[in-house]
This record gives sequence, C-alpha cells and structure tokens, in this order.
Amino acid sequence: MGLIEAIILAVLAASTPLLLAATGELVTERSGVLNLGVEGMMIVGAACGFGGAWLSGSVIIGALCGIAAGVLMSLVFALMTLGLAVNQVATGLALTILGIGLSGLIGSRFVGEKISLAPHLYIPGLTDIPLIGRILFGEDAFVYLSLALVAGVWFFLYRTRAGLILRAAGDNHASAHALGYPVLRIRMFAVMFGGACAGLAGAYLPLAYTPFFIPGMTAGRGWIALALVVFASWLPGRLVIGAYLFGAVTILQLHAQGWGVGIPSQFMSALPYLATVIVLVLISRARTGGSTAPAALGTVFVPDR
Amino acid sequence: MQLVLEKRAERSNTIALISPLIAIGLTLVTMSILFAILGKNPISALGVYFIDPLVDSYSLQEIAVKATPLVMIAIGLALCYLANAWNIGAEGQFLIGAVAGSWLAVKTQGTDAGPWVLPAMMLLAAIGGALYALIPAICKVRFGASEILTSLMLVYVADLLLDYLVRGPWRDPKGFNFPTTAEFDPVATVPVLIEGGRLHLGGIIALVVVAAGAVLLGKTIKGFEIRVVGAAPRAARFGGFNSNQLILLTFAISGALAGLAGIIEVAGPVGHLQPGISPGYGFTAIIVAFLGRLNPVGILIAGLFLALTFIGGEQAQIAMKIPLDVTKVFQGILLFYVLACDSLILYRFKLIFISPKVSSGAH
Repeated sequence: MGLIEAIILAVLAASTPLLLAATGELVTERSGVLNLGVEGMMIVGAACGFGGAWLSGSVIIGALCGIAAGVLMSLVFALMTLGLAVNQVATGLALTILGIGLSGLIGSRFVGEKISLAPHLYIPGLTDIPLIGRILFGEDAFVYLSLALVAGVWFFLYRTRAGLILRAAGDNHASAHALGYPVLRIRMFAVMFGGACAGLAGAYLPLAYTPFFIPGMTAGRGWIALALVVFASWLPGRLVIGAYLFGAVTILQLHAQGWGVGIPSQFMSALPYLATVIVLVLISRARTGGSTAPAALGTVFVPDR
Repeated sequence: MQLVLEKRAERSNTIALISPLIAIGLTLVTMSILFAILGKNPISALGVYFIDPLVDSYSLQEIAVKATPLVMIAIGLALCYLANAWNIGAEGQFLIGAVAGSWLAVKTQGTDAGPWVLPAMMLLAAIGGALYALIPAICKVRFGASEILTSLMLVYVADLLLDYLVRGPWRDPKGFNFPTTAEFDPVATVPVLIEGGRLHLGGIIALVVVAAGAVLLGKTIKGFEIRVVGAAPRAARFGGFNSNQLILLTFAISGALAGLAGIIEVAGPVGHLQPGISPGYGFTAIIVAFLGRLNPVGILIAGLFLALTFIGGEQAQIAMKIPLDVTKVFQGILLFYVLACDSLILYRFKLIFISPKVSSGAH
C-alpha cells in the first residue's frame, strides 16, 4: 500500500466523525436551534458506544448504544430550550460540561480495555484494484453511512415537504406557527436527530478509529463540527468538502510530526484548531452581503396560545 | 398533557432571589439519586461533600484558594454575558496569563531581582490574557466570526503552547525531565496571608475584583451601557451605544482577569508552571457566573460554593472512593437547574390536559 493511499484512507477515517456530527447539527440548526452541546453528546456517545461494544462484543450494538446516549442527552437539551425556553447557548455549554463528567463516570471502568475495530468492506476483485480499490471499496461501514446520511439529509431538506417545513420553522418560527405547524415538535425531532448523529460520531472514535476509550478522546471534535456547519453555510453538500479538508489537516499534521519536520509537535497539534479559527474568519468575512444562517437560529420560541 | 409557558406580566423578584437556592436543592436531590446508583450512602456522601470541608481550618482555607480563580474569572465572564458577548475561552486566557507572567519569573530566576517581580508578573499576565481574549473579540467585530467557537478553539491552542514551553525552552534542567519549570523564586511568589497557611494574597485581590465589578456595573455609565446592550440591543442602538466597542471592552476585561487569575494560581498555590495547572477553572467559572446571576456579590457566593464542590469531591474520592468525575457531573447538573429555575423568573409553568387550540391570542 502506497503512502498516498494510506494518507487518503487515514483522512477519510479522521473526517467521518466530523461529518457525522456536523450533519446532525446542520439539521438541528436548520430548524432554528443552536445546540452547542455537540462535544458533550459526542463524548458520552464515545463512552456508551465503547461500553456497549465491549460488553456485547458487537460493533453494531456499540453504535446503537452511542446513538441512544446522544439522543438521551439531546432530549435534556430539548426539554430545557424548547420546553422551558432557556437560553440555547448557556444550555449547550451545560450539556458539554455534563457530558464530559458523565463520560468519565461511565467510561472509567472501560479504560485500559480493548475491542476489535469495525471490519472494513472487502469485495474480492473491486477492493484489490490498485490505488483506488481500498479507498472506494475498503472502508468501514461508518464512512459509507456518513456519506449516505449527507445525501439523505440533502434530499430531505430540499426535496420533501417535511424538509421545507423544518426549514420554515428555522427561518421564521412565528409564520410557521401561524400556518399551524407544530414548531416546537419539529424542533424537538431536529434536536434528537442531531443528538443521534453526535452520539454515533462519538461512538465512531472507539469503534472504528482507535480500539479503546480514553477520557476526553473527542478532543474538541464536537466544536470543530459546529464550526463546519458555519463553514458549509448550512448546506449539506459543502459539509463533505469541509469535513474532508479538516480531516486532511489533522492527518497531515500527524504525518509532518512523523517526518520530523523541525517544528515542535505541539505547534503541529494546534493546527486543526488554528485552522478552524482562520476558516471561520475567512468565511464570515466573505459573507458581508448578509448571513446565510437560518434567520431564527438560536432564538427562543414560546407559542402564543 | 402538555407543559405550557405563560409569560409573567413582570419579572418575579421573589423568584429571582430564591431560584439559585431551588436549583441547589434540586441538584442535591439528583446527586443523592446518583450516589445511590453508585452504591454509596447518599446521606454520608453529601456529608463528605458539603459538610466535612466546612469544619476544619485547612479545608476552609483551601476553599478560599480554589474560589479565588473561579470568582475572578466569573466576574469578567459576567460582564461579557451581560453585554451578550459569549466568551467561553476563559480557560485559554487563564493559561496564557499564567504563561505570560511565568516568562518573567523564569527570566529572573536566580538573579537578585527585587520585589518588583511579582507585580510585573501580574501586569504581564493581565495584558497577555487581555490580548488573547481580544483575538476572538476582534474576529467577531471585524469579520463577524462566532466568538463562541473561536474563543473555545484558542483554549486548545493555549494548552498546547504551555505544554511546549514546559517541555522545551522553560523546562527545569534539574527537574528529572518532568515537564515543569523550576520553583519560582520567593520574589516571584504570591505571599501567604497567615504563616504556614494556604490562604494567599490572591484572595484579597479577588475581593477587590468583586468590589470593582460591583462598582463598574452598578455605578458607572459603562456598566449601564453593558447592561443595556445585552438586555435591549435596539434601545442601545437608539441610545448611540457602540456595541462593538463594548464587546472588545468586556472581552479585554474578562481576558485580563482570567490571565491575572492564571498567574496567581501558578505563582501562588502551584509555585511553578506545569501542564494541568487548572482543573477546568475557566469552564467552571461559567457556572459560577450564572449561579451568581451575573451579579458580582452573587458570584462571590457562587464561587465559594463551587470551590466547596471541588474540595468535597477530592475528599469524597479519598474517603468513599467516589470517582472525581462526579464533581463535574454535579457542576453540569447544577448549571441545568440554575438555567431552568431562571426560566421561572420570566414565565409561569402550567400543565394543561387538553391540547391547546390556536386562539386569537389572549395576551
């Protein structure tokens, strides 16, 4: 296997959790809710995902546990912000703080344990094609799932009536409400979808990326996913580009450390975070003609009976 | 059955006063359940957490020591949040302050530098923290980039910078390869208040910061502007208040305070620069700010309470083998309840049993 091939495989693997979490958050934000708790939902998803897989010996059960954990976390967020009309920024921060504590509590008994990673696809003939075989036909299931999810979300948002209603709730909740759409219920489902994706994204890390659980293993990926949604201008297609770019930065800095470029490793490790800041600045600056964010993003809605 | 919120005619001042207490009460109930799930006796666990630290002098001093950075950071954050500027990177500004101040301590190590070193370190730390906080603030006002995400990203960068310095150029040559600087000289150390005790000058500085915060918010025009920009942005525009300038100002103040807290922690209780100097003070301070209702005096009380949970958590780990993560869970749950109870100030909760029909709007 050539170096280029190895790098591309690594980039795809590093990008997948970002893509999964960002796709979920994109749907949440399109409904008008800003859930800053992605990092918290991811890290709990990672702990529960590993726990489920380790106890059952099945990667699928692990992934389902991660999803369930993410959904449960997101329901707490939904209860607070939709049910009790609490500030979404503050609640999202609370969700992250709680998630980091909970994951430590749940995951502490699994630290030091090891599982076997999710198997990679193998189609005789196709996977053996030189150069592109492994890349196109030799990934783990999550990589394909994440791409299918983006396509599904695109189709839902732009080609279905339900997607149109969801976007309406995110752009003008008062009008959507006046038309008789249940804004809060729509938003609750969108938040739950975001939680499911974040939980799965977290579970991906111990199930398919590194075969063990360590506290804090999401290392800010949830926050980067939030930045990716901004980068993508809330468009699903651009999310793929953004996620793979960030994955590439992550992997390149790792390789650069390995090649012994004379730069201290800490500076290389800081690259993905610095890149996020720079990208946010460039994107926000380019958008002087008006924001592409959902108009009602982050605002509280209390229906007038 | 459905939960419905009904807007109160005016904010309830009674509930504004007691809502933090309700939140703490609900948190204690939730924690009791959690302790029971972990197989510990809830009553004795709560005792170890919240009563034991209050009955011996060492723990009492330790609470004040832990509350010092929390209160200082939270005062700055409260200014930001009141102005609707979301600085959540205080942890990074804390670390950069520690680094900036430590630079002087490392450079003057072993020289016969006089007692000017510590004040100069504090000044450098405040400037360093303020400049670091101004990065997200400038990205916000100049380019419109979300200050939430940029300030948070810079926490990781600060963490890595500190790690590099103590493993590389600033490492103690006699430190057996541990990632730490040498112990600071006495002139670069925050003096303790009682000989042989833990309480140090930082506690006094924190009280001064609380008083200054109360004066700024309650008695000055700038404080008034900060509150108006956050609470009524439209009115603030009509009043000619420059909200961008206030974002820069509140970020700079909160960065300076976080940086100052950073060097006080390093030159005080820790005594040298090393990774892991903060058990998440910058994040816990967010909870302190909200629990204290973004009010300086409230923040002082809330800071002491959260410091109690750190000390109680350590004691519970030693005495009852309760994992340290329980403290973080506790802090997260507390913030949830605080925010939920705050909703009661503006709304009345009602449970209704038939689904509501769209009416012509009773309000």
